[in-house]
Amino acid sequence: MTEEVMIRIAVTAAYIILAPFLGGLLSGLERKLSARMQGRRGPSVFQSFYDVKKLFSKNLQVVNGAQIFIMGSYAFFIVFTGALLFAGWDLLLVFFTLTTAAMFLVAAASCTHSPYSTIGANREMVQMMSYEPMVLLTAVGFYLATGSFDVAEIVKADQMAILKLPGCFIGFMFILTIKLRKSPFDISCSHHAHQEIVKGITTEMSGPCLGLMEISEWYEKVFLFAMIGLFFISSNPLSIIAVVVMCSLAFFLEVLIDNTSARLTWDRMLYSSWTVTLLLGGVNILLLELFK
Amino acid sequence: MKDVSKSPWIIHYDGSSCNGCDMEVLASLTPVYDIERFGVINTGDPMQADIFLVTGGINTLNQMVVKQIYDQMPSPKVVVAIGTCACTGGIFKECYNIIGGTDTTIPVDIYVPGCAARPQSIIDGIVQAKECLKQKCIAEQKAAKEGK
Ligand code: SF4
Repeated sequence: MTEEVMIRIAVTAAYIILAPFLGGLLSGLERKLSARMQGRRGPSVFQSFYDVKKLFSKNLQVVNGAQIFIMGSYAFFIVFTGALLFAGWDLLLVFFTLTTAAMFLVAAASCTHSPYSTIGANREMVQMMSYEPMVLLTAVGFYLATGSFDVAEIVKADQMAILKLPGCFIGFMFILTIKLRKSPFDISCSHHAHQEIVKGITTEMSGPCLGLMEISEWYEKVFLFAMIGLFFISSNPLSIIAVVVMCSLAFFLEVLIDNTSARLTWDRMLYSSWTVTLLLGGVNILLLELFK
Repeated sequence: MKDVSKSPWIIHYDGSSCNGCDMEVLASLTPVYDIERFGVINTGDPMQADIFLVTGGINTLNQMVVKQIYDQMPSPKVVVAIGTCACTGGIFKECYNIIGGTDTTIPVDIYVPGCAARPQSIIDGIVQAKECLKQKCIAEQKAAKEGK
Protein backbone atom coordinates (compact mmCIF):
# COMPACT_ATOMS: atom_id res chain seq x y z
CA MET A 1 0.00 0.00 0.00
CA THR A 2 1.28 3.39 -0.87
CA GLU A 3 1.48 6.11 1.70
CA GLU A 4 -1.36 8.07 0.14
CA VAL A 5 -3.79 5.18 0.37
CA MET A 6 -2.84 4.75 4.01
CA ILE A 7 -3.56 8.41 4.72
CA ARG A 8 -6.90 8.21 2.94
CA ILE A 9 -7.97 5.19 4.97
CA ALA A 10 -6.84 6.84 8.21
CA VAL A 11 -8.74 10.06 7.49
CA THR A 12 -11.90 8.15 6.58
CA ALA A 13 -11.70 6.01 9.72
CA ALA A 14 -11.15 9.14 11.79
CA TYR A 15 -14.27 10.68 10.25
CA ILE A 16 -16.44 7.64 10.93
CA ILE A 17 -15.30 7.42 14.55
CA LEU A 18 -14.96 11.09 15.51
CA ALA A 19 -17.75 12.76 13.52
CA PRO A 20 -20.55 11.82 15.96
CA PHE A 21 -18.63 13.36 18.85
CA LEU A 22 -17.82 16.52 16.93
CA GLY A 23 -21.33 16.76 15.47
CA GLY A 24 -22.98 16.20 18.86
CA LEU A 25 -20.79 18.83 20.41
CA LEU A 26 -21.60 21.24 17.57
CA SER A 27 -25.33 20.82 18.07
CA GLY A 28 -24.86 21.27 21.82
CA LEU A 29 -22.88 24.45 21.19
CA GLU A 30 -25.59 25.57 18.83
CA ARG A 31 -28.21 25.35 21.57
CA LYS A 32 -25.93 27.06 24.06
CA LEU A 33 -25.12 29.85 21.63
CA SER A 34 -28.81 30.33 20.77
CA ALA A 35 -29.63 30.53 24.47
CA ARG A 36 -26.94 33.16 25.01
CA MET A 37 -28.21 35.18 22.07
CA GLN A 38 -31.67 35.15 23.67
CA GLY A 39 -30.24 36.17 27.04
CA ARG A 40 -30.74 32.91 28.91
CA ARG A 41 -28.50 30.20 30.29
CA GLY A 42 -29.46 27.31 28.08
CA PRO A 43 -28.70 23.60 28.48
CA SER A 44 -25.26 22.06 28.86
CA VAL A 45 -23.14 21.73 25.73
CA PHE A 46 -23.35 17.96 26.13
CA GLN A 47 -27.16 18.05 26.08
CA SER A 48 -27.37 16.44 22.63
CA PHE A 49 -25.51 13.39 23.95
CA TYR A 50 -27.90 13.13 26.89
CA ASP A 51 -30.82 13.39 24.49
CA VAL A 52 -29.58 10.61 22.25
CA LYS A 53 -28.71 8.41 25.23
CA LYS A 54 -32.25 8.86 26.49
CA LEU A 55 -33.79 8.19 23.09
CA PHE A 56 -31.99 4.88 22.86
CA SER A 57 -33.27 3.80 26.27
CA LYS A 58 -36.92 4.51 25.49
CA ASN A 59 -39.41 1.96 24.23
CA LEU A 60 -39.47 1.55 20.46
CA GLN A 61 -42.81 2.55 18.97
CA VAL A 62 -43.21 2.39 15.22
CA VAL A 63 -46.28 2.69 13.10
CA ASN A 64 -44.77 0.86 10.16
CA GLY A 65 -41.96 -1.67 10.68
CA ALA A 66 -40.38 -0.66 7.37
CA GLN A 67 -39.53 2.71 8.88
CA ILE A 68 -36.67 1.29 10.95
CA PHE A 69 -35.08 -0.30 7.92
CA ILE A 70 -35.45 2.87 5.83
CA MET A 71 -34.05 5.01 8.65
CA GLY A 72 -31.11 2.62 8.90
CA SER A 73 -30.47 3.07 5.17
CA TYR A 74 -30.64 6.84 5.60
CA ALA A 75 -28.08 6.75 8.39
CA PHE A 76 -25.85 4.42 6.37
CA PHE A 77 -25.88 6.63 3.29
CA ILE A 78 -25.21 9.78 5.30
CA VAL A 79 -22.15 8.17 6.87
CA PHE A 80 -21.14 6.84 3.46
CA THR A 81 -21.40 10.32 1.90
CA GLY A 82 -18.99 11.75 4.43
CA ALA A 83 -16.70 8.74 4.14
CA LEU A 84 -16.49 9.22 0.36
CA LEU A 85 -15.59 12.90 0.80
CA PHE A 86 -12.92 12.22 3.41
CA ALA A 87 -11.54 9.33 1.37
CA GLY A 88 -10.94 11.88 -1.41
CA TRP A 89 -13.35 10.42 -3.92
CA ASP A 90 -15.21 12.07 -6.78
CA LEU A 91 -17.22 15.12 -5.68
CA LEU A 92 -20.11 14.22 -8.01
CA LEU A 93 -20.36 10.76 -6.46
CA VAL A 94 -20.39 12.37 -3.01
CA PHE A 95 -23.31 14.62 -3.91
CA PHE A 96 -25.30 11.84 -5.58
CA THR A 97 -24.92 9.71 -2.46
CA LEU A 98 -26.11 12.66 -0.39
CA THR A 99 -29.24 12.90 -2.55
CA THR A 100 -29.85 9.15 -2.17
CA ALA A 101 -29.67 9.55 1.60
CA ALA A 102 -32.15 12.42 1.50
CA MET A 103 -34.55 10.29 -0.55
CA PHE A 104 -34.45 7.59 2.13
CA LEU A 105 -35.38 10.19 4.73
CA VAL A 106 -38.37 11.25 2.64
CA ALA A 107 -39.40 7.60 2.28
CA ALA A 108 -39.04 7.03 6.03
CA ALA A 109 -41.31 9.97 6.75
CA SER A 110 -43.99 9.14 4.21
CA CYS A 111 -44.21 5.38 4.89
CA THR A 112 -46.20 6.05 8.06
CA HIS A 113 -49.11 7.76 6.27
CA SER A 114 -49.38 10.31 9.04
CA PRO A 115 -50.57 13.61 7.57
CA TYR A 116 -48.02 15.64 9.54
CA SER A 117 -45.06 13.57 8.56
CA THR A 118 -46.26 13.35 4.94
CA ILE A 119 -46.45 17.14 4.71
CA GLY A 120 -42.98 17.19 6.24
CA ALA A 121 -41.79 14.75 3.57
CA ASN A 122 -43.32 16.84 0.80
CA ARG A 123 -41.61 19.93 2.13
CA GLU A 124 -38.33 18.07 2.44
CA MET A 125 -38.61 17.33 -1.28
CA VAL A 126 -39.19 21.02 -2.01
CA GLN A 127 -36.10 21.74 0.06
CA MET A 128 -34.13 19.25 -2.02
CA MET A 129 -35.39 20.95 -5.16
CA SER A 130 -34.13 24.27 -3.78
CA TYR A 131 -30.64 23.22 -2.85
CA GLU A 132 -29.75 20.56 -5.46
CA PRO A 133 -28.92 23.00 -8.33
CA MET A 134 -26.47 24.92 -6.17
CA VAL A 135 -24.86 21.70 -4.95
CA LEU A 136 -24.29 20.56 -8.53
CA LEU A 137 -22.98 23.98 -9.59
CA THR A 138 -20.54 23.85 -6.68
CA ALA A 139 -19.17 20.54 -7.95
CA VAL A 140 -18.82 21.99 -11.44
CA GLY A 141 -17.17 25.08 -9.98
CA PHE A 142 -14.57 22.97 -8.20
CA TYR A 143 -13.85 21.18 -11.45
CA LEU A 144 -13.32 24.42 -13.35
CA ALA A 145 -11.22 25.93 -10.59
CA THR A 146 -8.95 22.98 -9.88
CA GLY A 147 -9.26 20.79 -12.98
CA SER A 148 -10.60 17.77 -11.14
CA PHE A 149 -13.69 16.39 -9.49
CA ASP A 150 -11.54 14.29 -7.16
CA VAL A 151 -11.43 15.65 -3.63
CA ALA A 152 -7.93 14.20 -3.27
CA GLU A 153 -6.80 16.47 -6.15
CA ILE A 154 -8.79 19.48 -4.97
CA VAL A 155 -7.03 19.55 -1.59
CA LYS A 156 -3.67 19.54 -3.38
CA ALA A 157 -4.42 22.69 -5.40
CA ASP A 158 -1.85 25.51 -5.25
CA GLN A 159 -4.36 28.12 -4.18
CA MET A 160 -7.60 28.11 -2.27
CA ALA A 161 -10.67 27.39 -4.37
CA ILE A 162 -12.48 30.35 -2.77
CA LEU A 163 -10.29 32.77 -4.79
CA LYS A 164 -11.90 31.49 -7.96
CA LEU A 165 -15.28 30.57 -6.52
CA PRO A 166 -16.48 33.41 -4.29
CA GLY A 167 -19.97 33.32 -5.85
CA CYS A 168 -20.29 29.58 -5.42
CA PHE A 169 -19.19 29.93 -1.81
CA ILE A 170 -21.87 32.48 -0.94
CA GLY A 171 -24.42 30.37 -2.78
CA PHE A 172 -23.32 27.30 -0.84
CA MET A 173 -23.58 29.21 2.43
CA PHE A 174 -27.14 30.09 1.44
CA ILE A 175 -28.17 26.49 0.86
CA LEU A 176 -26.33 25.42 4.01
CA THR A 177 -29.18 27.02 5.95
CA ILE A 178 -31.66 24.89 4.01
CA LYS A 179 -29.61 21.75 4.46
CA LEU A 180 -29.18 22.27 8.21
CA ARG A 181 -32.95 22.93 8.49
CA LYS A 182 -32.46 26.29 10.13
CA SER A 183 -34.77 29.28 10.15
CA PRO A 184 -35.87 30.82 7.77
CA PHE A 185 -35.75 27.54 5.85
CA ASP A 186 -36.78 25.07 8.53
CA ILE A 187 -40.01 24.31 6.76
CA SER A 188 -39.78 20.51 6.74
CA CYS A 189 -38.77 19.98 10.34
CA SER A 190 -38.02 22.65 12.85
CA HIS A 191 -35.73 22.16 15.82
CA HIS A 192 -37.99 24.42 17.84
CA ALA A 193 -41.34 23.51 19.27
CA HIS A 194 -44.85 24.54 18.34
CA GLN A 195 -44.65 24.64 14.60
CA GLU A 196 -47.69 24.21 12.43
CA ILE A 197 -46.81 20.66 11.32
CA VAL A 198 -45.80 19.39 14.78
CA LYS A 199 -42.33 17.99 14.02
CA GLY A 200 -42.60 17.55 10.25
CA ILE A 201 -40.60 14.61 8.94
CA THR A 202 -39.78 13.32 12.41
CA THR A 203 -43.37 13.38 13.72
CA GLU A 204 -43.76 9.60 13.65
CA MET A 205 -40.27 8.81 14.85
CA SER A 206 -39.75 8.01 18.49
CA GLY A 207 -37.14 6.55 20.77
CA PRO A 208 -34.25 4.73 19.03
CA CYS A 209 -35.55 5.68 15.59
CA LEU A 210 -35.30 9.40 16.43
CA GLY A 211 -31.92 8.73 18.03
CA LEU A 212 -30.70 7.36 14.71
CA MET A 213 -31.99 10.48 13.00
CA GLU A 214 -30.09 12.72 15.45
CA ILE A 215 -26.84 10.82 14.95
CA SER A 216 -27.23 11.02 11.17
CA GLU A 217 -27.75 14.75 11.54
CA TRP A 218 -24.46 14.98 13.42
CA TYR A 219 -22.63 13.15 10.64
CA GLU A 220 -24.31 15.36 8.08
CA LYS A 221 -23.31 18.48 9.98
CA VAL A 222 -19.65 17.50 10.00
CA PHE A 223 -19.87 16.64 6.31
CA LEU A 224 -21.40 20.02 5.44
CA PHE A 225 -18.79 21.97 7.37
CA ALA A 226 -16.11 19.87 5.66
CA MET A 227 -17.59 21.09 2.38
CA ILE A 228 -17.18 24.67 3.60
CA GLY A 229 -13.60 23.78 4.50
CA LEU A 230 -12.99 22.45 0.99
CA PHE A 231 -13.29 26.01 -0.33
CA PHE A 232 -10.34 27.10 1.82
CA ILE A 233 -7.96 24.20 1.75
CA SER A 234 -4.84 24.17 -0.43
CA SER A 235 -1.49 22.41 -0.57
CA ASN A 236 -0.14 24.94 1.95
CA PRO A 237 -0.43 23.42 5.47
CA LEU A 238 -1.27 26.86 6.89
CA SER A 239 -4.58 26.75 5.00
CA ILE A 240 -5.86 24.44 7.76
CA ILE A 241 -6.06 27.53 9.99
CA ALA A 242 -8.19 29.29 7.38
CA VAL A 243 -10.44 26.21 7.24
CA VAL A 244 -10.99 26.16 11.00
CA VAL A 245 -11.58 29.92 11.22
CA MET A 246 -14.00 30.00 8.30
CA CYS A 247 -15.94 26.94 9.50
CA SER A 248 -16.34 28.54 12.93
CA LEU A 249 -17.50 31.78 11.31
CA ALA A 250 -19.98 29.90 9.14
CA PHE A 251 -21.27 28.09 12.22
CA PHE A 252 -21.74 31.34 14.13
CA LEU A 253 -23.49 32.93 11.17
CA GLU A 254 -25.90 29.99 10.86
CA VAL A 255 -26.91 30.26 14.52
CA LEU A 256 -27.29 34.03 14.20
CA ILE A 257 -29.53 33.71 11.13
CA ASP A 258 -31.54 30.98 12.88
CA ASN A 259 -32.19 33.28 15.82
CA THR A 260 -32.98 36.44 13.89
CA SER A 261 -35.28 35.28 11.13
CA ALA A 262 -38.78 33.88 10.88
CA ARG A 263 -39.78 30.93 8.76
CA LEU A 264 -40.51 31.59 5.06
CA THR A 265 -43.07 29.84 2.90
CA TRP A 266 -41.87 27.09 0.57
CA ASP A 267 -42.31 29.12 -2.62
CA ARG A 268 -40.29 32.05 -1.26
CA MET A 269 -37.57 29.57 -0.36
CA LEU A 270 -37.60 28.04 -3.83
CA TYR A 271 -37.49 31.38 -5.65
CA SER A 272 -34.82 32.90 -3.45
CA SER A 273 -32.54 29.88 -3.56
CA TRP A 274 -32.82 29.52 -7.31
CA THR A 275 -32.18 33.24 -7.77
CA VAL A 276 -29.07 33.02 -5.62
CA THR A 277 -27.96 29.88 -7.47
CA LEU A 278 -28.39 31.50 -10.85
CA LEU A 279 -26.95 34.90 -9.98
CA LEU A 280 -24.00 33.92 -7.81
CA GLY A 281 -23.25 30.33 -8.83
CA GLY A 282 -24.12 30.70 -12.50
CA VAL A 283 -22.32 33.99 -13.07
CA ASN A 284 -19.29 32.79 -11.12
CA ILE A 285 -18.99 29.71 -13.33
CA LEU A 286 -19.62 31.70 -16.50
CA LEU A 287 -16.82 34.14 -15.67
CA LEU A 288 -14.51 31.28 -14.74
CA GLU A 289 -15.20 29.70 -18.12
CA LEU A 290 -14.67 32.99 -20.03
CA PHE A 291 -11.39 34.03 -18.39
CA LYS A 292 -9.78 30.63 -18.24
CA MET B 1 -27.10 2.55 33.19
CA LYS B 2 -30.26 3.77 31.61
CA ASP B 3 -30.84 7.34 32.66
CA VAL B 4 -33.49 9.34 30.92
CA SER B 5 -33.79 12.10 33.49
CA LYS B 6 -31.18 14.35 31.90
CA SER B 7 -33.29 15.11 28.88
CA PRO B 8 -36.94 15.39 29.90
CA TRP B 9 -38.96 16.37 26.87
CA ILE B 10 -42.41 17.67 27.60
CA ILE B 11 -45.77 17.73 25.92
CA HIS B 12 -48.37 20.12 27.18
CA TYR B 13 -52.14 19.74 27.02
CA ASP B 14 -54.63 22.30 28.25
CA GLY B 15 -58.02 20.89 29.26
CA SER B 16 -61.05 22.66 30.73
CA SER B 17 -59.36 25.70 32.19
CA CYS B 18 -59.41 29.47 32.32
CA ASN B 19 -56.08 29.34 30.41
CA GLY B 20 -54.26 30.88 33.37
CA CYS B 21 -52.13 27.83 34.04
CA ASP B 22 -51.65 27.34 30.31
CA MET B 23 -50.03 30.79 30.10
CA GLU B 24 -47.85 30.07 33.11
CA VAL B 25 -46.53 26.87 31.51
CA LEU B 26 -45.64 28.85 28.40
CA ALA B 27 -44.08 31.54 30.60
CA SER B 28 -41.75 29.01 32.17
CA LEU B 29 -40.52 28.15 28.66
CA THR B 30 -39.63 31.76 27.85
CA PRO B 31 -36.12 33.21 28.34
CA VAL B 32 -37.13 34.71 31.73
CA TYR B 33 -37.60 31.35 33.45
CA ASP B 34 -35.63 29.33 30.85
CA ILE B 35 -36.71 25.81 31.65
CA GLU B 36 -34.56 24.60 28.76
CA ARG B 37 -31.54 24.80 31.06
CA PHE B 38 -32.68 21.45 32.49
CA GLY B 39 -32.57 19.97 29.01
CA VAL B 40 -36.31 20.36 28.56
CA ILE B 41 -37.65 20.51 25.02
CA ASN B 42 -41.28 21.31 24.37
CA THR B 43 -42.07 18.78 21.64
CA GLY B 44 -45.77 18.87 20.85
CA ASP B 45 -45.35 15.27 19.68
CA PRO B 46 -46.51 12.59 22.16
CA MET B 47 -44.28 9.94 20.61
CA GLN B 48 -41.20 11.97 21.53
CA ALA B 49 -42.26 13.17 24.97
CA ASP B 50 -41.30 11.91 28.44
CA ILE B 51 -43.31 14.23 30.65
CA PHE B 52 -46.98 15.00 30.13
CA LEU B 53 -48.02 18.39 31.54
CA VAL B 54 -51.77 18.70 31.97
CA THR B 55 -53.42 21.98 32.88
CA GLY B 56 -57.15 22.35 33.40
CA GLY B 57 -59.76 19.78 34.31
CA ILE B 58 -61.07 16.77 32.44
CA ASN B 59 -64.45 17.05 30.76
CA THR B 60 -66.48 14.52 28.81
CA LEU B 61 -65.05 15.72 25.51
CA ASN B 62 -61.35 15.94 26.27
CA GLN B 63 -61.14 12.73 28.27
CA MET B 64 -60.45 10.68 25.14
CA VAL B 65 -57.83 13.16 23.96
CA VAL B 66 -55.90 13.02 27.22
CA LYS B 67 -56.05 9.22 27.18
CA GLN B 68 -54.82 9.14 23.58
CA ILE B 69 -51.86 11.38 24.28
CA TYR B 70 -50.93 9.32 27.33
CA ASP B 71 -51.16 6.05 25.41
CA GLN B 72 -49.05 7.36 22.55
CA MET B 73 -46.14 8.26 24.82
CA PRO B 74 -43.45 5.56 24.98
CA SER B 75 -42.58 4.46 28.53
CA PRO B 76 -41.03 5.44 30.90
CA LYS B 77 -43.31 8.46 31.21
CA VAL B 78 -44.45 10.82 33.93
CA VAL B 79 -47.64 12.85 34.25
CA VAL B 80 -47.65 16.24 35.97
CA ALA B 81 -50.97 17.88 36.83
CA ILE B 82 -50.51 21.65 36.96
CA GLY B 83 -52.92 23.97 38.73
CA THR B 84 -55.87 23.32 40.97
CA CYS B 85 -58.11 22.51 38.02
CA ALA B 86 -55.85 19.69 36.86
CA CYS B 87 -55.40 18.42 40.41
CA THR B 88 -59.06 18.29 41.47
CA GLY B 89 -61.28 20.02 38.96
CA GLY B 90 -60.87 23.36 40.74
CA ILE B 91 -63.51 26.05 40.41
CA PHE B 92 -65.09 24.18 37.51
CA LYS B 93 -65.61 21.05 39.58
CA GLU B 94 -69.37 21.48 39.94
CA CYS B 95 -69.98 22.14 36.26
CA TYR B 96 -72.29 19.70 34.45
CA ASN B 97 -69.63 18.52 31.99
CA ILE B 98 -66.63 18.22 34.30
CA ILE B 99 -65.45 14.79 35.35
CA GLY B 100 -62.75 16.04 37.74
CA GLY B 101 -58.98 16.24 37.96
CA THR B 102 -56.47 14.54 35.67
CA ASP B 103 -56.27 11.48 37.92
CA THR B 104 -59.82 10.52 36.99
CA THR B 105 -58.50 9.56 33.56
CA ILE B 106 -54.78 8.75 33.71
CA PRO B 107 -52.38 8.04 36.59
CA VAL B 108 -50.79 11.27 37.85
CA ASP B 109 -47.30 11.27 39.43
CA ILE B 110 -46.78 14.88 40.45
CA TYR B 111 -49.36 17.44 41.57
CA VAL B 112 -48.50 21.13 41.29
CA PRO B 113 -51.20 23.13 43.11
CA GLY B 114 -51.92 26.84 42.67
CA CYS B 115 -54.46 29.01 40.92
CA ALA B 116 -52.65 29.83 38.74
CA ALA B 117 -49.59 27.69 39.47
CA ARG B 118 -46.58 30.02 39.42
CA PRO B 119 -43.72 29.37 36.99
CA GLN B 120 -41.44 28.71 39.97
CA SER B 121 -43.64 25.89 41.19
CA ILE B 122 -44.08 24.54 37.66
CA ILE B 123 -40.29 24.37 37.33
CA ASP B 124 -40.16 22.66 40.72
CA GLY B 125 -42.75 20.17 39.51
CA ILE B 126 -40.73 19.38 36.40
CA VAL B 127 -37.53 18.94 38.39
CA GLN B 128 -39.39 16.46 40.62
CA ALA B 129 -40.78 14.78 37.53
CA LYS B 130 -37.18 14.24 36.39
CA GLU B 131 -36.46 12.37 39.62
CA CYS B 132 -39.66 10.37 39.17
CA LEU B 133 -38.61 9.50 35.62
CA LYS B 134 -35.33 8.18 36.94
CA GLN B 135 -37.08 6.00 39.54
CA LYS B 136 -39.41 4.59 36.91
CA CYS B 137 -36.47 3.83 34.66
CA ILE B 138 -34.73 1.89 37.45
CA ALA B 139 -37.96 0.05 38.29
CA GLU B 140 -38.43 -0.88 34.64
CA GLN B 141 -34.90 -2.22 34.40
CA LYS B 142 -35.41 -4.29 37.54
CA ALA B 143 -38.64 -5.70 36.19
CA ALA B 144 -36.93 -6.58 32.91
CA LYS B 145 -34.12 -8.37 34.76
CA GLU B 146 -36.49 -10.37 36.93
CA GLY B 147 -38.57 -11.20 33.89
CA LYS B 148 -35.53 -12.94 32.41
S1 SF4 C 1 -56.11 26.44 38.39
FE1 SF4 C 1 -56.89 28.53 38.30
S2 SF4 C 1 -55.56 29.57 36.86
FE2 SF4 C 1 -55.24 27.39 36.57
S3 SF4 C 1 -56.62 26.85 34.91
FE3 SF4 C 1 -57.72 26.48 36.83
S4 SF4 C 1 -58.84 28.37 37.20
FE4 SF4 C 1 -57.30 28.84 35.69
